[in-house]
Amino acid sequence: MVEPQRARPKPTPETQHFWDGTKAGELRLQRCDACAHVYFPPRPFCPSCASRKVSIFKASGKGFLYSYVINHRPAAPGFTPPYAIAVVELDEGPRMMSNIIDCPQTPEALALDMKLEVAFQELDDKITLPVFRPAKG
Amino acid sequence: MRKNQVAVVGAAETTELGVIPNASQLQLHADAALNAIADAGLKLSDIDGFATAVETPQQVCHYLGIKPTWVDGTSVGGCSFMLHVRHAAAAIEASLCKTVLITHAESGKSMIGKLPRSTPADSLNGQFEAPFGVYGPPSMFPIPVLRFMKTYGITHEQLASVAVVQREWAAKNPRAMMKEPITVADVLNSRMIAYPFHLLQCCLVTDGGGALILTSADRARDFPRKPVYIMGTGESVETPMVSQMETFNSSRAFKTAGPLAFREAGIAHGDVDHLMIYDAFAHLPLFGLGDLGFMPYEETGQFIADGNTRPGAKLPLNTNGGGLSYMHSGMYGMYALQESVRQMRGIAPAQVPNAKISVCHGVGGMFAASGTIVFTNET
Repeated sequence: MVEPQRARPKPTPETQHFWDGTKAGELRLQRCDACAHVYFPPRPFCPSCASRKVSIFKASGKGFLYSYVINHRPAAPGFTPPYAIAVVELDEGPRMMSNIIDCPQTPEALALDMKLEVAFQELDDKITLPVFRPAKG
Repeated sequence: MRKNQVAVVGAAETTELGVIPNASQLQLHADAALNAIADAGLKLSDIDGFATAVETPQQVCHYLGIKPTWVDGTSVGGCSFMLHVRHAAAAIEASLCKTVLITHAESGKSMIGKLPRSTPADSLNGQFEAPFGVYGPPSMFPIPVLRFMKTYGITHEQLASVAVVQREWAAKNPRAMMKEPITVADVLNSRMIAYPFHLLQCCLVTDGGGALILTSADRARDFPRKPVYIMGTGESVETPMVSQMETFNSSRAFKTAGPLAFREAGIAHGDVDHLMIYDAFAHLPLFGLGDLGFMPYEETGQFIADGNTRPGAKLPLNTNGGGLSYMHSGMYGMYALQESVRQMRGIAPAQVPNAKISVCHGVGGMFAASGTIVFTNET
């Protein structure tokens, strides 16, 4: 029997730049050229003012722990419980779901508002996931 | 929409609730529909409008033998039926149809004829949530809880008390799945599902269904049951991705749908005799009390822990036992509506004496959608 795999994202034309970015070690966000709104997930227009003039830029990769659960059961394929499913608020404003690495998956270690920095986890030759670790210093 | 122009004249759940191994999901729709039609004293041929979620209107209409001139297949999760009530009331007022049947059924436990739920890998959820280990509602719905707790000073014990109080209501309900009394300690000692939530803070998984029949208020007086009028309605959606909610300190969909319904009904919070807030998980009543404007968010946890929503107290909440103790087939909104109708008819197992106004507030997905209905038994 084949081991069930962790869910793998399949990029679309609108999100390809994001996944190309993570593969290259960059967390890419989009900013509206008209109103300067920074947003996520990717789309080729501004969800705030509807302008189609938007730019892709490399984000700082810094943020903080906005909220999370520590999932015990049922565990997703490819995950060993207990594991934290986190929402990170990036310094640029948008929030994204992710995992926290290099940190015990416990309520004591996972303090809300702790500073985080992005890291990259290669799933296969096509997909690299953005994950976060406690910020140094 | 003008208030009290449309009424519920038929309401019923499936003959059985809980574990129903001898019926498919489609048959559960039919069972609930036939019970509601009998409750209203109607024939199938009287139904000219139809709404359902997950299953398509054509699937259920064909199975039942209904020939509608108006259908609604709005499917936004467990509050779809609140939206159906709102849309049906508008359709009846616009003379698009006269008599609307709304059905829900789900073989949530036995999984017979249940349609698969999947997240395509190239959807936004598939790309930006699924890879991080979300797996079913227990791993997703509680994600905002820790932020909500920190912002408002809500405690684990207060969140546990939600399940304790609802079990008190369930104990009065012969059809409730879970009736044994529980304590805050029992809740906090039950097995961990997704921290901060334990088993007893997560909804049940059951089989069942329910159906409603609506018609215009001027026709409603000719039906055998006491009419329950649609006094106010509201709806909204926010996002299918819980991580992308505007904030975890409230629900934008709740804050849109709830106040809309209150305004349309022309009521204040003190007018509410009975309240249902869809409780797939223990934090939802706290979000609901805050987002619907009953009190500041900071007070919601203590309000429930202090017993203000328990039997005999000032704000009877989730009086069937809720999704935590009554039943939860997957889309609980229909059961919340059924309980509001029973309370307005005066026939609920845990009847609130002299209740005249009931507010029924639903959630769809993980705060993805919301619908609110204000019912009254007076015009």
